[in-house]
Amino acid sequence: MDSQRRTLLKASGSLGLMGLLASLGLFASEQAKAEWNKAAFEAQNLDSALSALGVTSRPADSRDIQFNAPEVAENGALVPMAVMSHIPQTRSIAILIEKNPTTLAAKFTFPEGTEPSINTRLKMDQTSRVHALVGTDGGFFVASRDITVIVGGCGA
Amino acid sequence: MGNPMKIRAILKNGLTEVRVLVSHAMETGLRKGDDGAIVPAWFITELTAHYHDRLIFQAEFGTAVSKDPYLVFRFRGGDTGEKVVLRWRDSRGDTRSDEAAIS
Repeated sequence: MDSQRRTLLKASGSLGLMGLLASLGLFASEQAKAEWNKAAFEAQNLDSALSALGVTSRPADSRDIQFNAPEVAENGALVPMAVMSHIPQTRSIAILIEKNPTTLAAKFTFPEGTEPSINTRLKMDQTSRVHALVGTDGGFFVASRDITVIVGGCGA
Repeated sequence: MGNPMKIRAILKNGLTEVRVLVSHAMETGLRKGDDGAIVPAWFITELTAHYHDRLIFQAEFGTAVSKDPYLVFRFRGGDTGEKVVLRWRDSRGDTRSDEAAIS
């Protein structure tokens, strides 16, 4: 609880009232949502990335998340990944790569009327566990894959 | 700034599939250039898509999105001939906006 309070205090200090309201989820305008989550993208391990994304307890594994990625990626500079959520009221999908220099690779937000599904290509520094984190009105869920990387792609 | 995005938007069974290829170096800040010096980080941080004035998709990127980012997403309610508008902003504050008509 203490760390949560500190986070809020920090947020209120650096971002002012708007930031505080946004972090509390009380100010859900497009503008607030469009702010790049610096803390989450600069996080260097899974725990701090999750906490910066507002995940407070361990997300439940879900079979309703379709996560397609190669088991072996020859070229870490271009690893195709596709995630689709079948969980009702899915709002976002984030992809986190545990052994990359920064853990959070990308986060996608789906307004009402957009399918909670994304195809993209990401860089992987080395063999790693990769998580597709799905944010829904009913909390966070995750599907994970181990991807073997032959040639790392972060120096690319 | 930057080169145009390649956007293809195709309506099929009520869903418009949008495929985007963005032209951007997406430098991680970890790579060394030919002169041996670190190439500074330079990457797209945000990308949005609108249909008319409706926000239909939003992405936040870190440095791990591949060079020349590629995205596919699908939304409901698009009509052929109408435009989908994509816009990105990068870590230097550069922005670019491109559009494509739904076919």
